[in-house]
Amino acid sequence: MEEQVKKIISDDEEYVINMGPQHPSTHGVLRLVVSLKGETVKRVEPHVGYIHRGIEKMTENLTYPQIVHLTDRMDYLSAHINNEAFCLTVEKALEAEIPERVKYVRTILSELTRIQSHQLFWASFGMDLGGLTCFFYGLRDREKILDIFEETCGGRMIVSYNTPGGLMNDIHPNFQKGVKDFIKYFRKKLPEYDQLLTGNVIFEQRTKNVGMVTRDEAIAWGMTGPVGRASGFSCDIRKHNPYSAYDKVNFKEILYTEGDTYHRYKVRMDEMWESMNIIEQLIDNIPEGPYSAKMKPVIKLPEGEYYQSVETARGELGVFIVSDGNKNPYRVKFRSPNFVHLAPLDLMSRGYKIADLVAISGSLDFVIPDIDR
Amino acid sequence: MSSAKEYFKGLFHGIHSLIKGMMVTGKYFFSPGEIVTQKYPDNRKKLQMYDRFKGEVIMPHNEKNEHKCTACGICEMNCPNGTIEVISMQVMTEEGKKQRVLDKHIYHLGMCTFCGLCVKVCPSNALAFSQKFEHAVFNRATLTKVLNQPGSKLMKGVE
Amino acid sequence: MEFSIYDFSSFTAWIDQSLRAAMAPGWAIAIELVIIGVVILAFYALVGLFLIYAERKVCAFMQNRLGPNRLGPYGIFQTVADMFKLLFCEIIPIKNSDKVLFNLAPYIVIIASFLTLGALPFAKGLQAVDLNIGIFYIIAISSMSVVGVLLAGWSSNNKYSLIGAMRSGAQIVSYELSVGLSVITIVVLAGTMQISEIVEAQRWGWFVFSGHIPAFIAFIIFLIASTAEINRGPFDLAEAESELTAGFHTEYSGIKFAFFFLAEFINMFIVSGVAVTLFLGGWMPLHIYGWNGFNAVMDFIPPIFWFFGKTAFVIFIIMWFKWTFPRLRIDQLLKLEWNYLLPINLVNLLLMAFIVLMGWHW
Repeated sequence: MEEQVKKIISDDEEYVINMGPQHPSTHGVLRLVVSLKGETVKRVEPHVGYIHRGIEKMTENLTYPQIVHLTDRMDYLSAHINNEAFCLTVEKALEAEIPERVKYVRTILSELTRIQSHQLFWASFGMDLGGLTCFFYGLRDREKILDIFEETCGGRMIVSYNTPGGLMNDIHPNFQKGVKDFIKYFRKKLPEYDQLLTGNVIFEQRTKNVGMVTRDEAIAWGMTGPVGRASGFSCDIRKHNPYSAYDKVNFKEILYTEGDTYHRYKVRMDEMWESMNIIEQLIDNIPEGPYSAKMKPVIKLPEGEYYQSVETARGELGVFIVSDGNKNPYRVKFRSPNFVHLAPLDLMSRGYKIADLVAISGSLDFVIPDIDR
Repeated sequence: MSSAKEYFKGLFHGIHSLIKGMMVTGKYFFSPGEIVTQKYPDNRKKLQMYDRFKGEVIMPHNEKNEHKCTACGICEMNCPNGTIEVISMQVMTEEGKKQRVLDKHIYHLGMCTFCGLCVKVCPSNALAFSQKFEHAVFNRATLTKVLNQPGSKLMKGVE
Repeated sequence: MEFSIYDFSSFTAWIDQSLRAAMAPGWAIAIELVIIGVVILAFYALVGLFLIYAERKVCAFMQNRLGPNRLGPYGIFQTVADMFKLLFCEIIPIKNSDKVLFNLAPYIVIIASFLTLGALPFAKGLQAVDLNIGIFYIIAISSMSVVGVLLAGWSSNNKYSLIGAMRSGAQIVSYELSVGLSVITIVVLAGTMQISEIVEAQRWGWFVFSGHIPAFIAFIIFLIASTAEINRGPFDLAEAESELTAGFHTEYSGIKFAFFFLAEFINMFIVSGVAVTLFLGGWMPLHIYGWNGFNAVMDFIPPIFWFFGKTAFVIFIIMWFKWTFPRLRIDQLLKLEWNYLLPINLVNLLLMAFIVLMGWHW
């Protein structure tokens, strides 16, 4: 421990603070060793691995339908999108024909997941900065989406609704009505979020010009998702490489150029509006048909390497499968967005204060199990 | 002079935004109709879960204490982490043939990940999810459940 | 002996006379002091318990939830249970701490707020000490609590506590300026520092109305600055839960933590009491000059209910601030004080002096 401490300090006046694995504002078990001079952050060193469960190693002994339930637990706030990523990779390798109904339902559920994840982001970001009521308002509205999930998929956060080839069951008869009621309700509540937090002068002072990232830095460090888009890096996979039903809908890609904490927050707020637009375009037009393609009972991918990336609520999730023809994959690798975003935390927070470190790591919106897998 | 104007503009903009924020919380303070808390242990009788909620895997039995499990073992093969153990035995039927029949269908609730594969792949639809969610126990041994009830046998007509 | 709830001096005069009749004057005064001390202690404990319950309920209603509702009807015994738990808590001794200062710090904070309670006028005739520099005494004594905070942070031998205490010290010392200046604005309007005279001068109109714009601005500044003084609301980075666990009282447990906790709520009550006395008329009912019928109805409610009602209103506003706004960073907090509140205060003071000289206040 002494050598670790000596490595991080470069000056006699600096001291080390440990924002340990158990901390109210690091959203999970992440240890940040911060070296400070007075109140200014000089260097941040993250220590990860507290929730490493060996998901990628476990996949080497499981068949393809069995791996889907493990992807739920990586970035648990985008559970549905993770399932979809894996299933899309398998279906791409098998070159299977997926029914239209499946594509529409998957897209609607993905957008609902995105809204739900951004609601939790708003709730915990407000709480980190000190406005404790934001937490309750965000979660109160998120419950409505979780009720929709529970009715159709059986689980609130751990859904496991996708399977290679389609969906596990058909959608519940109340699904369309539930989604439409939710959208009507949430369109009235979202301006209240802006009234409470976004326009607040204290909030603006805390987040504007804090943690600046230029566009070149964003591209160089591989920041995708809302973090990259706030700096001007146009990286929305739903636009550049459309999958599922995204080529059939009209939506805007939210781009800002300032790259500070405030605009990373604004990107997510605007994405919620866009997601509601996407859902409204799709919800009334779900085509009839089977809810799953016909798959062999034992799925074996042909030999080779396959990659598919999707846009989760946090960035680009990539699934890379190496198969040697058996029913178990040879290697599965998940390119997780949170792991990539953890590295520039040091770069972004040098020179700012401790309070800013909390704001910056809140705006990057980490989900720690995705870092460690 | 413009810096003075900036100063006052910033001041009034700040005060205006603060009051707008206070209006939101004030509105919720005076509307007790919006309270979303459910008084949980007291409202158990009125609590209704959705039908598809994945609470616990059960084997539904009908009134004559019969189930549909043929002990084929497909659920055991599909379970990702060995939560299910199907123990079968060989019995003589009336026609004099040996037939495989279910002895015990062991389900470890403590290890289950609620992925739903066992319910989906069962060829005779013998398993289902119940909506029970209060699984906390004092003794871990009670989490190992035997799903087929004692004295039950296979329903006729299931292959 | 006519006891009247409208004028508590009937009670206090009766106690005084019976004691003086029974024993020597020196002993009578000593016993009176003991009675005042016991009453204030009991008041302290009761108001503290009630305020903690009120805070939890107000916070809960603003967040669309119920708050304490299991212990007793509507959860009124929740704070009693919490206090029991804190009393039985094990006091964990710190290894390398400065023991004298560590044990002394909570007491200093409590004593500062205790002394201030003695000078507040709760009703007509119910004021423990009526000095002729009353309001100056209150401001002076309440600045003693910063010493307690700094001692707590230093003696805990903990980096987090030290950071929290340093921040808190800078904050409290800066905002005392604003508090003092807005108090001086009212002293200029009233013409005296004696608290009972200030309340008496508001008989025909509370100062926040009769002092026009400068008094209103002074009221707003006083509210903001005193929220910062008591380490509450958007200015609570000294105990910022989501950043540094618990700031300067991280290392305290059991009864000592209960002292800090209680002192924070009583400080809130005191600050509201001072705001009510200076700006909203103290225990004076709402009188409008010339509307005699209205004034008679307002006089029907005893002054002690007026005082507690107005204090509850100001406490509600302070709680409203806390649960709506995010927290300010330390440099933004100091910038707010030195760049905004102080210049506005000085200009306001000038304006108020001008208005008093011109005789435009009524």
